Amino acid sequence: MNFLLISLIKTAVVLAVLLTGLAYLQWIERKVLAHIQIRVGPYRVGPHGLLQPLADVIKLITKEGFVPSHVNKLFYFMAPWLAVTLALISIAVLPFGPQIEVFGQKTFMELTDLRIGILFVLAVSSVGVYGVALAGWASNNKYALLGGLRSSAQMISYELPMALAIAAPLLLVNTLSFREVVNAQEGYWLGFIPRWNVIPECVGFVVFLVASFAETNRVPFDLPEAENELVAGFHVEYGSMKFASFFMAEYANMITVAAVATLLFLGGWTPLFPAPYSNVIPVLLFAATGLLLLIAGTAPARRMDKYTFPVVGVISLGIALIFGVSFLVPVVQTILMSLFWFLAKLLVILFIFIWIRGTLPRFRYDQLMRFAWTILFPIAMANLLLTALAVAWTTK
Amino acid sequence: MTPFFFIILAGFAVFCAISLVSQTHPIASALSLVGVMGALAVLYLQLGAEFIAAAQMIVYAGAIMVLFVFVIMLLNAGAEQEARRVSRLARFTGMLLMAVFLGIISLTIQAQFPKMGGVTFGAWVGGTAQEIGVLLFTTYLLPFEVTSVLILIALVGAIVLARKEI
Repeated sequence: MNFLLISLIKTAVVLAVLLTGLAYLQWIERKVLAHIQIRVGPYRVGPHGLLQPLADVIKLITKEGFVPSHVNKLFYFMAPWLAVTLALISIAVLPFGPQIEVFGQKTFMELTDLRIGILFVLAVSSVGVYGVALAGWASNNKYALLGGLRSSAQMISYELPMALAIAAPLLLVNTLSFREVVNAQEGYWLGFIPRWNVIPECVGFVVFLVASFAETNRVPFDLPEAENELVAGFHVEYGSMKFASFFMAEYANMITVAAVATLLFLGGWTPLFPAPYSNVIPVLLFAATGLLLLIAGTAPARRMDKYTFPVVGVISLGIALIFGVSFLVPVVQTILMSLFWFLAKLLVILFIFIWIRGTLPRFRYDQLMRFAWTILFPIAMANLLLTALAVAWTTK
Repeated sequence: MTPFFFIILAGFAVFCAISLVSQTHPIASALSLVGVMGALAVLYLQLGAEFIAAAQMIVYAGAIMVLFVFVIMLLNAGAEQEARRVSRLARFTGMLLMAVFLGIISLTIQAQFPKMGGVTFGAWVGGTAQEIGVLLFTTYLLPFEVTSVLILIALVGAIVLARKEI
């Protein structure tokens, strides 16, 4: 009974946070892209466009759900449902923190720990291509079909280097469970360099990131929805909530691959420095941000900043205070610190995703395929072989 | 709880298998096959063979069937033509023969394996990735290597057939 109750609570919390995060990831993306292009981005709905995601959701829900007459009805409705379900399901096996004890109940900061967690994520992501492929086919539209075909070819090709890049750190830690992968990365070399897999596996990390851009259909590999060739690619015939499902699936996939990269290569929730120093970092960081914003708010360059700078400054001071006070309650401190480090790494990777979208142009289709098979695949293979040799050499 | 899930999954697998042969459109058939494979993977999981379940999903449902769907989409294959109307006698005889066939199979199974214990879900623990890896590289090393050579031969053959000039 306790197990059921705890699982329900955890599921509700994770789902609420994930869905809100999805909506705001889109806001972050629009803001970051805008600032890369020297614009301001969404600015009308709420302060600095903060309520824009809410407005978008209301718009998408209340739109008319139009169904074109020439589509295959069953698969047309099945495709967005498949895409969003398979994209959201992976979060169930991703851990965000160590074991904690709340009100005498011991529990892990994750929904469930599978012994084959990594294989589960690979399986779900490999089945996820059906959503896009079916959408392209069922729309009965040549642009959509081309998008679906490109997507399935691209995802099959990039799955290979991705799986090989994942296999290399697994050789080092000798397990398939995400929790044990993170536990194996605890500790420090020479007392201050974290034992993260990214240091011995830097090549694998880069290969994984590049392959994950292709797996999530992001720029520079967003051929399936290339606007200037295919109108909108596989979702050209979709509107309202069905379109929103594809949108959600894309962002959920982004969060999943970023979380997998964090867990496998960047040590999950393990801090950058040994605990006594790293526990002070969030307090200092948020306090410094708050003070800087308060000082900058006294002489703002733009009229609006007279209000927004002090408000955000007070909020960051409040967060700094929460982190500071959490030293009194060990459980709260564990939860906050592991979440802080996990989210910090996750957001850095997501920022790289958006940064690259704002920087690089799209590949041509033949370049995309040649890149996967003649560059990425041999690099991943060589990396795996070298890692295997090193592991065999050192363990005897 | 486990038998309940077993019945649901087995029912789903049988339903998908029937749909696989009775659908007229190739895409619908291919997706039914994916359904069968997914249900089988969960059944493996129930029996404790977690690695096989994951491999089933990644390799069969995730790679091979995606290629099938890809090829069907690429060829833009339409729905099959309905077969000519079958006579009532043929249909009746077909049903009868199928019943006889199923009866023979179940009789053979009962005669061959009379002392087999019932299946117990979750009792077997030899299905982890580690155990399967150890078995593959010790007991079954020769079959494993022969299979990889076989796949290599198939690959080389496919390339030779596909290339115009060598």
